[in-house]
Amino acid sequence: MTDERRVPEDDRLAENVGQRFDRLPATPADRTVSGRASREEVIEWWVEQYGVDPAIFEGYSFWEKGAGKVWIYAEKEPSQALPSPIEIEALGMTFMRTRQRHWKPTTVAVQRFGQHAEKNVLVLEGAAAAAFARGEDIPYESWDGDWGYLVVAHELAGGLEPIGVGLYLYDELRSTVPKGRQESLADL
Amino acid sequence: MNPLERYAPLVDDPEAFRAACQRPLPSVVRVNTIKATADRVAAAFDAEGVGYEPIGWHDGLFALAERGPGTTWPYFHGWVHGQEEVSALPAVVLDPDPDDRVWDACAAPGSKTTQLSAQMGDQGLVVGNDSNLGRLSALRHNAERLGVTNLAVTNQDARNFSLKPFDFEAFDAALVDVPCSCEGTCRKNPTALEEWTIDHVRSVTGVQKSILSRAIQATKPGGTVVYSTCTFAPEENEAVVDHALQTEDCQVVSFDLPIDTAPGVTEWDGATFDSAVTDTHRIYPHLNDTGGFYCAKLEVTA
Repeated sequence: MTDERRVPEDDRLAENVGQRFDRLPATPADRTVSGRASREEVIEWWVEQYGVDPAIFEGYSFWEKGAGKVWIYAEKEPSQALPSPIEIEALGMTFMRTRQRHWKPTTVAVQRFGQHAEKNVLVLEGAAAAAFARGEDIPYESWDGDWGYLVVAHELAGGLEPIGVGLYLYDELRSTVPKGRQESLADL
Repeated sequence: MNPLERYAPLVDDPEAFRAACQRPLPSVVRVNTIKATADRVAAAFDAEGVGYEPIGWHDGLFALAERGPGTTWPYFHGWVHGQEEVSALPAVVLDPDPDDRVWDACAAPGSKTTQLSAQMGDQGLVVGNDSNLGRLSALRHNAERLGVTNLAVTNQDARNFSLKPFDFEAFDAALVDVPCSCEGTCRKNPTALEEWTIDHVRSVTGVQKSILSRAIQATKPGGTVVYSTCTFAPEENEAVVDHALQTEDCQVVSFDLPIDTAPGVTEWDGATFDSAVTDTHRIYPHLNDTGGFYCAKLEVTA
């Protein structure tokens, strides 16, 4: 795997309250809640894993609700500013899973931001792309990039478009497209 | 009783009205400009062999030739959302600015909510509220597929919605697309006619009036509140707007729509309504070969 970093629990800090949204601290030094990822670490993870330009996340804030679930919210203008903590049902979209050994981006985050990836992008064609969208694992021996969570994309209407997150391990690409988003689609 | 017969006397051409209500509607998708352009969606449909026709009045609506959108690549990628043509009107009428704070009082399953987000360029703030937690999960599922990041979702009774979670006092605009009798959707859901009862009409109007009142109260002076339904019942349309005119600080704003409409009615079943309701719009299925709809635009005056 490409990244084994995690934020260790720290008894001196407060415990996470799972039922509300808390803004992520800017940096590890600002951390006040045990085990909570910082904005800096989240963006660094995307830069290291996918080679995205960190500037794409300017104008977005990151929040935790639930144990380790990080959400991304467009918060650029004063009209968008929200207090932290805030007790509502959802804020922006789920972005990645932290508080586990291997952090994992969500399918919807990769579908929204994965086109900025410069590395660890695995391109599937035709039947393989359709199989991946159906949630099927795909034998794949010729991958020479990192192991771990990849952006899986296909060519569609003049550009590469991310399909979802693939877990690459031992010559196999596992589809992590959630059941509720799996779909039987045409082979292009 | 067939509720359509109740409304036939309101219509210019009852026979055309009845006939249109029996024809099934084509499946329509709205292009999600957060993720794709209409040209790219068209190219993807071409590549996949999905037949489509642009809908003339809106450059981001396509009628699909044969099937629902769910099993197409553009849908999977969140480039399009299945949304009936007339259902795209309220957000167009609301016309939010990118830095607005907009309240969608009855947001689930989120077609209009996500359309507002897209019109705002995924900037500003859309607060999507719904009282039903199960329907909220559909809203969240749709919003995430469409890549919306400017949405805060709340689960409150819209009639007494509290802004307490937020640190601002009022919205710039509100969309009030209320639960209704839904006969306007009969070309998609014939059960809407079978399940219709006058008792339901009478009971739902109180909820509609309360939600519209709360939306007007929660919107800044000068702000816009759009009220919409998919029913032909004047009790749920003009009577609700008339009630707001009498009880809240607001006025009806005249507006044009890019399709054919009939004016709101000022008399129904022994009741009369403020003449301003003639500046609201009724959309009958035979006028543009669409579903049925009602839309009013209000300005908050104090």
